[in-house]
Amino acid sequence: MEMDDALETFIAECRELLEDMETALLEVEAAEDKSEMVNAIFRAAHTIKGSSGLFSLDHVVAFTHAVESVLDKVRSGKLALADKLVVLLLACNDHIGKLVDGVAAGEQSGNPQLQAAGEPLLAQLRSYLDAPKDEANASNSPDRGARNVPTADTEQVQRINADTVNADHWHISVRFAPDVLRNGMDPLSFIRYLGTMGKIKAIETVADALPDADTMDPELCYLGFEIAFQTRVDKAAIEKVFEFVRDDCRLVILPPHSHISEYISLISMLPGEVARLGDMLVRCGTLTPKELDMALDTQADTPSKPIGTILVEQGSVRPEVVEAALTKQKQVKETAVNESKSIRVDADKLDNLINLVGELIIAGASVNLIAHRSKVIELTESTSKLATLVEEVRDSALQLRMVRIGATFNRFQRVVHDVSRDLGKDIALQIDGEDTELDKTVVEKIGDPLMHLVRNCMDHGIESAELRQQRGKPAQGTVKLNAFHDSGSIVITVEDDGGGLKKDRILTKAVERGLVEAGHHLSDSEIYGLVFEPGFSTAEKVTNLSGRGVGLDVVKRNITALRGTVGISSEEGAGTKVSIRLPLTLAIIDGFLVGIDKAVYAIPLDMIEECVAYSAEPGHDYTNLRGEVLPFIRLRELFSVKGNPAKGENIVVLKHAGQKAGLVVDTLLGEFQTVIKPLGQMFAQSKCISGSTILGSGDVALILDVPQLVRQAMDKGSQVGQEHAVMN
Amino acid sequence: MSQATLKVEGELTIFRASELKPVLLANPAADEIDLSGVTDLDTAGVQLLMLAKKTALAQQRDIKLTSHSPAVLDVFELLNVAGYFGDHLVMGSSSKTSRS
Repeated sequence: MEMDDALETFIAECRELLEDMETALLEVEAAEDKSEMVNAIFRAAHTIKGSSGLFSLDHVVAFTHAVESVLDKVRSGKLALADKLVVLLLACNDHIGKLVDGVAAGEQSGNPQLQAAGEPLLAQLRSYLDAPKDEANASNSPDRGARNVPTADTEQVQRINADTVNADHWHISVRFAPDVLRNGMDPLSFIRYLGTMGKIKAIETVADALPDADTMDPELCYLGFEIAFQTRVDKAAIEKVFEFVRDDCRLVILPPHSHISEYISLISMLPGEVARLGDMLVRCGTLTPKELDMALDTQADTPSKPIGTILVEQGSVRPEVVEAALTKQKQVKETAVNESKSIRVDADKLDNLINLVGELIIAGASVNLIAHRSKVIELTESTSKLATLVEEVRDSALQLRMVRIGATFNRFQRVVHDVSRDLGKDIALQIDGEDTELDKTVVEKIGDPLMHLVRNCMDHGIESAELRQQRGKPAQGTVKLNAFHDSGSIVITVEDDGGGLKKDRILTKAVERGLVEAGHHLSDSEIYGLVFEPGFSTAEKVTNLSGRGVGLDVVKRNITALRGTVGISSEEGAGTKVSIRLPLTLAIIDGFLVGIDKAVYAIPLDMIEECVAYSAEPGHDYTNLRGEVLPFIRLRELFSVKGNPAKGENIVVLKHAGQKAGLVVDTLLGEFQTVIKPLGQMFAQSKCISGSTILGSGDVALILDVPQLVRQAMDKGSQVGQEHAVMN
Repeated sequence: MSQATLKVEGELTIFRASELKPVLLANPAADEIDLSGVTDLDTAGVQLLMLAKKTALAQQRDIKLTSHSPAVLDVFELLNVAGYFGDHLVMGSSSKTSRS
């Protein structure tokens, strides 16, 4: 792997980990079993530190180390994960994120600003660390303090700073089974063979098991060996040396710089020869006398308890060391499993695939057309089969781009957490429909508008706790995020149970700003819609969050750019609900073709409610649809197509956001898979057209912008409705 | 104490271990074992020599190994057991030499 690639992976992983950490931090306060969460947080910090070490990103290591140390205390129960600490850790989380961003931007060693930004955090972290330490810690391992200092030594970081011994050779401890000689094996030959693979630096023959002369059977083996072995081969290769006697011996192989506890467990494994074995380890040069003393003292003090426990209790081995090692192993396994489940694919490749599928659909359509013309039944059959397959390929290709909105939603937990703190309001975020999937591009672009809406809800929507109590509402305000599918589009709602919009105030303001004329009659939804107009804000005071009148219009613009619409409904005193409607996909849709004269237009099929034969009151632009007034637009007029309407016109009933409108067309041409080709910049101003597509014949068809058409029809209809309201 | 030297000839290996054990531990025990005639030594042989040493020490005596043959030296060096016996190794490296 190229270093750059590796670094990229590292950055991506870090971001994921930070996200996990943040989620865990936010959930930990409410969680019943905190330990799981705390472990998750710790693991994230630890892994980031470890991998930063690999890339020699010392500034990241240094900072993360401090975080990790505090988390370590939390984990061991010496520190409660209180509210204040969560806030600090969240801030640290952000800071690490910035550091990682810096790395992504090519700053391998951080920059002074970030450094400065990190200082206060570090200082706060240190204040947690300087809390009185367990006395046993201090006395038992005088070098403990040193370990808390972050080091730039990559290897050490990787190895999980801990009580490792200094020896840089392998230690092999072997006790042969008594039968080994009788089985025709000579331990000597194994040791000789071992000598060919590396250098036996020292060897101690352990004869302690040798019994008295009377009971000793000369044909049994009583010997064991402690070997300090320097080699370049790996553990498996060493094990292989003893392969023939694998079942007939007790073999312990400790790699260089092993953990001292491993030596201790080695010593304790062989009862009765503790001191001697220890001596031997020293004589082999594997342990220094000091290291041995440390281990033996501990063991002698409390013989009844398992050594591991004692060591952990006394702090000479930190609990996370063992656990971290285990976790690391587990992680390796987990990653392996995850990798087999999902793969990272370059977004470009995916786009390319979608484009190809689009071309395939167009080509398929033309084949279909030719097949129909040729009137060869077999050909028609096989092309229709092909068309079905192409459709499936299209669906699964599009599915590839679909991501759950949950991740986007969960980001708001943090926002709500922080903002409610800033505002001094108690606000909870309720999330629904996280599993709703939508196009990746849409998900990416919807984040900012949603952020704005959520902040707006919290800042202006939700009242202060006192006011809420006066109004008989629960003191805790709620912001709800929801997502669901509805007739071919996805609907995302942001809802609060706050004060709601004040109609008259909006209207007064709008008149003040010249957005509407005074005395003009407006429907409720039109009034609410005004808040999305540029330069509109009803907030009495401007906060740093929102209220400066920029925002909601930007929200609307962003959503419109995604071919979506935004609507707002509100009830004064009870809350406000903003609904965002977005198309499911941006690339390929099921379309319905209609014709005017020779021109063909495509309408997204999901937006079509039904088709009915044309009928209308002469001279009026509305029809009676089963007792309802249905305003319609004549497409021929809209696009100024010359010539007389064909006989037997049809009305296509369109539905959007709960409103219906009709579209009068000459002919209905049926369903068609529509690959949306964006219109050039030149046509950006043209209303009622959202794109173009290529038909099987090679002709171009324009795709109608249904929301726009419906709106236009409603505008017309409402005027008509007003006129006729008098009549009726 | 009389100087009783036991000379071991040929292999000092598993194949003769049962046969040699009583010889090495014979009573009255030898206090010197001449290894010059040892042509081959294996783990079983080393064990026997260790047993002899251990038994002697247990009986407040000492036993000396002398005139190590090359085969013996080789094994002693490999296993680093010279210290266990504490004898002069005539041909051994000086580092392995220690005095009892």
